[in-house]
Amino acid sequence: MANIRTMTFDAVIVGGGGSGMRAALQLSQSGYKTAVITKVFPTRSHTVSAQGGITCAIASDDPNDKWQWHMYDTVKGADFIGDQEAIEYMCQTGPEAIFELEHMGLPFSRTEEGRIYQRPFGGQSKDFGKGGQAARTCAAADRTGHALLHTLYQGNLKNETTFLNEWFAVDIVKNSDNAVVGVVALNIETGETVYVKSKATVFATGGAGRIYASTTNAHICTGDGIGMTLRAGFPVQDIEMWQFHPTGIHGAGTLVTEGCRGEGGYLVNKDGERFMERYAPNAKDLAGRDVVARSMVLEILEGRGCGPDGDHVYLKLDHLGEETLNAKLPGILELSRTFAHADPVKEPIPVVPTCHYMMGGIPTNVNGQALTVDDDGNDHVIEGFYACGEAACVSVHGANRLGGNSLLDLVVFGRASGMFIEQQLREGIDLKDASEADIEAAMVGLNQLNDSTGGENASVLRAELQTIMQNYFGVFRRGDFMQEGIAKLAALRPRIKNVALGDKSNAFNTSRIEALELQNLFEVAEATAITAEARTESRGAHAREDFQERDDVNWLCHSVFFPSDKRVGKRSVNFKLKTREAFEPSIRTY
Amino acid sequence: MLNVSIYRYNPEVDSEPYMQDFEFDTQGKDIMVLDVLEKLKIQDPTLVFRRSCREGVCGSDGMNISGKNGLACVTPLSEAVKKNNLVIRPLPGLPVIRDLVIDMSQFYAQYEKIQPYMINNTPAPAIERLQSQEERAKLDGLYECILCACCSTACPSFWWNPDKFIGPSGLLQAYRFLADSRDTATEARLANLDDPFSVFRCHGIMNCVQVCPKGLNPTKAIGHIRDMLIRTAT
Repeated sequence: MANIRTMTFDAVIVGGGGSGMRAALQLSQSGYKTAVITKVFPTRSHTVSAQGGITCAIASDDPNDKWQWHMYDTVKGADFIGDQEAIEYMCQTGPEAIFELEHMGLPFSRTEEGRIYQRPFGGQSKDFGKGGQAARTCAAADRTGHALLHTLYQGNLKNETTFLNEWFAVDIVKNSDNAVVGVVALNIETGETVYVKSKATVFATGGAGRIYASTTNAHICTGDGIGMTLRAGFPVQDIEMWQFHPTGIHGAGTLVTEGCRGEGGYLVNKDGERFMERYAPNAKDLAGRDVVARSMVLEILEGRGCGPDGDHVYLKLDHLGEETLNAKLPGILELSRTFAHADPVKEPIPVVPTCHYMMGGIPTNVNGQALTVDDDGNDHVIEGFYACGEAACVSVHGANRLGGNSLLDLVVFGRASGMFIEQQLREGIDLKDASEADIEAAMVGLNQLNDSTGGENASVLRAELQTIMQNYFGVFRRGDFMQEGIAKLAALRPRIKNVALGDKSNAFNTSRIEALELQNLFEVAEATAITAEARTESRGAHAREDFQERDDVNWLCHSVFFPSDKRVGKRSVNFKLKTREAFEPSIRTY
Repeated sequence: MLNVSIYRYNPEVDSEPYMQDFEFDTQGKDIMVLDVLEKLKIQDPTLVFRRSCREGVCGSDGMNISGKNGLACVTPLSEAVKKNNLVIRPLPGLPVIRDLVIDMSQFYAQYEKIQPYMINNTPAPAIERLQSQEERAKLDGLYECILCACCSTACPSFWWNPDKFIGPSGLLQAYRFLADSRDTATEARLANLDDPFSVFRCHGIMNCVQVCPKGLNPTKAIGHIRDMLIRTAT
């Protein structure tokens, strides 16, 4: 008997970051009984760490800016496997979503005219790549994520959203129709396990950067939603596509915003050479992130890295002057002084490409409805199941995300999911109730963990997992290495399944949470590894030494990883725009 | 070897809290206090603390470090160790759930009391509401609060009246909305604070300013609110 309490809501959002809170806000505003399950207090979610801004054609810096130009840049940045319908929707509705945030009180920086301040960011152009660099990234100094996340939390307080703070979603509950009817969740403070029943379950669980040893991501970015999705037997898409941000602080991994280069900073090697001029003669330091990250790694591999071990390069900012740095990049000054022991006013910051963002995720349509794909390549909606934000792959980032597009993605599609569910609830959602056995099925993993007796330490296993991913699935990849990595992961699976839980306490037991997170990390890592090995080409962030060219004949498509038989399938990219002809794939240069 | 002394309490097994000593090898490196806790947790998985961003922006790991409230992730050992001792306790003044994890309900309740959201019922324009750079500059030093509770739990007035005195963090946020040119609820906000406790329990001790890991100045914001309250009273 699944002898646990049931809590019932119209909609339940798993994840209290930007996309989750935007979806929740939409539903609470319409009076639907909405709960947010979040493993940390909402403002501790990783959205808070976003720095440089939110890219959107609001025509403040340039009154003639067009959302179509932003759309072009995003399609190109994605190396042509972003769904153009979704990109069109994001770029077109973006301004509305940004103005709503401003009306909610988001403290954007301002121009002299009193409009929202916009700064240049990588991959942004005017006039479909022909009009030079665009300044399109809306910013609140270099604390845009913090400002955005707090504003959304405040909006939810105003609209009385129910928050289940410090609750951890364990697994998906499916009914006999294979529809999603809620989750089993654990109250971290008391250890109580509850079935949270809902007509609509939205996964806004964020990324999983902690699969890598070196990451800009918070400790909490453990891919819980992806883990639950795969355990429920549903597929994930483009999961091999991981962004390495060019400027993580060497050693610490903490992020240094692309806004630094947007404001005029640039990268130099040990000879003091501004090397990006060689790799990207036009955009230079503001080329796509994948391009800049690879260039940096090549500089290091070819012996032009900085420091005693030649294992990083420098980001130079001092020429911008103290006043500009204080006004535009105050958070960066603080982070660099704390974690790099370097004062950017006087000296460069040591930086290295660092795992930053998961382009892949749960495949969805523009309404946030989660999808699965049949053997003939047809999409099918998974009833009751939605995803948005980094956990989702809608897909607007394709093989490489542009800076500033993650915040736009989470606001636009958090909102779109909320609006669609609102409409569905109005029309009436009729899903079969879960049986006792259905609920019990979602508790198997947790029960196993609680009953464990032997096993190895979670922290040790996690470090092993992260090292495998870092060594075999990093910026550059090679088939034989990846096969070795996959074998190592296979050997790790039973050890992680058998992870030790020495502490069986019910009071704020973080060991239990870390063990569950580790199992989620593993699912993401394995899906990444197998899919990366299968994609025999180089595209966007996926760079293979053994297949150096982009292969549009075979791989101008999404990868889809099916967990039941660990198979990699393909899904067509959407080229059907509503307002114009699609952008045809072309050679991607900056 | 560094001596690390940590406050331990698990309500399921301990009748009362105690301090537990650990030996820790820093290998001569000036790492952060959070790094020490993470490594000790490998050794003793029952050790419990909150953490998330590990870069001082999420506000999860506020704790009392060698007598001073701060964030473990941005406090290096060189600032925290005294005579080879590192003493870590939960933030003071609020109930302890377990080890270094406190129950922050009262802190959050005070934040909610000040209506921490923009109130402006005039019809919104089709674009953003305009705000001059000078008006926007008034929010600097206010909006950056990360709700870590280091300030409020360092404040004797908050220790005495956590249910009635808003506390430095909540008041900083109250002023953030009072100072925003886009907010139209100034009168109602001030009326909401106009009692002997909400604001006036601040005695200018300035512990809040001393401990704020973001370098913010709640005392100054409280001073501005006082001025506004006194001005409306006369």
